[in-house]
Amino acid sequence: MTTTERPYALVAELTYRCPLRCVYCSNPTNYMNYADRLTTEDWLRVFGEAEKLGVLQVNLSGGEPLLRGDLIALVRGASESHLYSNLITSGIPLDRDRLSALRDAGINSVQVSIQDTIMEESDRIAGKTSFENKLQAARWVKDCGLPLTLNVVLHKNNLDRVDEIVDLAEKLQADRLELANTQYLAWALVNREQLLPTREQLVKARSSAMLAKERLKGKMEILFVLPDYYSDMPKACMSGWGRRYIVVSPDGLAMPCHLAHTIRGLTFDNVLESSLAEIWQHSAAFAAFRGNDWMSEPCRSCDRQSIDFGGCRCQAFHLTGDARVTDPACSLSPEHSIIKTARLGAAETLLPAKFIYRSAARNARA
Amino acid sequence: MIPLLSKPRLATKAKLRLDHITNQYVLLAPEKGLALNRTGSAISQLCTGAHTVEAIIEELCSSHPSAERALIEAEVLAFLQTLLDRGLIEVKA
Repeated sequence: MTTTERPYALVAELTYRCPLRCVYCSNPTNYMNYADRLTTEDWLRVFGEAEKLGVLQVNLSGGEPLLRGDLIALVRGASESHLYSNLITSGIPLDRDRLSALRDAGINSVQVSIQDTIMEESDRIAGKTSFENKLQAARWVKDCGLPLTLNVVLHKNNLDRVDEIVDLAEKLQADRLELANTQYLAWALVNREQLLPTREQLVKARSSAMLAKERLKGKMEILFVLPDYYSDMPKACMSGWGRRYIVVSPDGLAMPCHLAHTIRGLTFDNVLESSLAEIWQHSAAFAAFRGNDWMSEPCRSCDRQSIDFGGCRCQAFHLTGDARVTDPACSLSPEHSIIKTARLGAAETLLPAKFIYRSAARNARA
Repeated sequence: MIPLLSKPRLATKAKLRLDHITNQYVLLAPEKGLALNRTGSAISQLCTGAHTVEAIIEELCSSHPSAERALIEAEVLAFLQTLLDRGLIEVKA
């Protein structure tokens, strides 16, 4: 098979380890089964192979990438491969000297996440005292002269504070603010009832974000991402399966998205055994949902099939047990009632949240 | 409108590089890229903080002697405004 598409971005999930325990963590719930198998040299080879394939950007992500002792070498390698590198971090554990060293190694931008503007709430979602350290990390990013993205994952408990989040981002002089609603997969699916907002909350938050976006045009870029559960038309997940992105897991699996390995029945090739080019062009898992041939109704005859590519394959699998069906987030999906029922639940859940925190012992409640 | 005597420079987050697949320049920023045509590339390469907008227009006029100056001026100003709105350049007087 030949493919006319080329990948634009590599998501390097350097490790699934993380000092935090966020209740909406996007790592698989069995993350502990995926060890860090790639050495520094392996990652540097992958960066080089990615660049040759056409990749322009690399996200150094995780888990918490700062836990990799070789992060500075990895950043230098990405830079030597002419990749635009984004460090996606919780800001913990970071100190100023290491950040300067990362800058000198060539990191292009740093994204720091906070969970809320209220310390207690931020720490409660993260499952660890971390808020003040995160703010400090964000200030160091700016002190080092690096572009700062502030990332806040939104859900029912913080969605009413978009104005406060924008204020904080302005105070931190963030260049970019990502207001990304939780998508209900992985740990967020486990905690969905405690996180899913109401439509009223979303409408209000979105309008706050849009006003701020207009007011701060040219000064701070603001991104507001709706949750699939309220979009009615599915999003083009990862811009389409195997079209733009390659995600490499800590143990070396090359995948079209960061949760693809949670879909039963797909087998992913490992960068320790094959080149990235070989995998991109010939792997069965990348081919599985490329293009339109795999689609059944209602996608097969839908005029949006080349816009949304049938939505999210992981969501289809985790909600229906079948990765080949239309994303239930689509209002045309026969399984859309799953989404509608969840939304009704969001309006009714008034009890204080009882979260299940990310942990190796899956049922650790707090 | 961007003042003619200001000197645009690429923002810290913006990096210009050649895309070897398309053989065109791309302007990269966190998690996005802007594919540039020849004019866009020429303008972006002059956004170093050393050239005024006026000088950038002059430079393009001299490399496109058959094109009308008013058109070039409009194109340069519109393109720089797009970059400014997206936070990809900074403008200093």
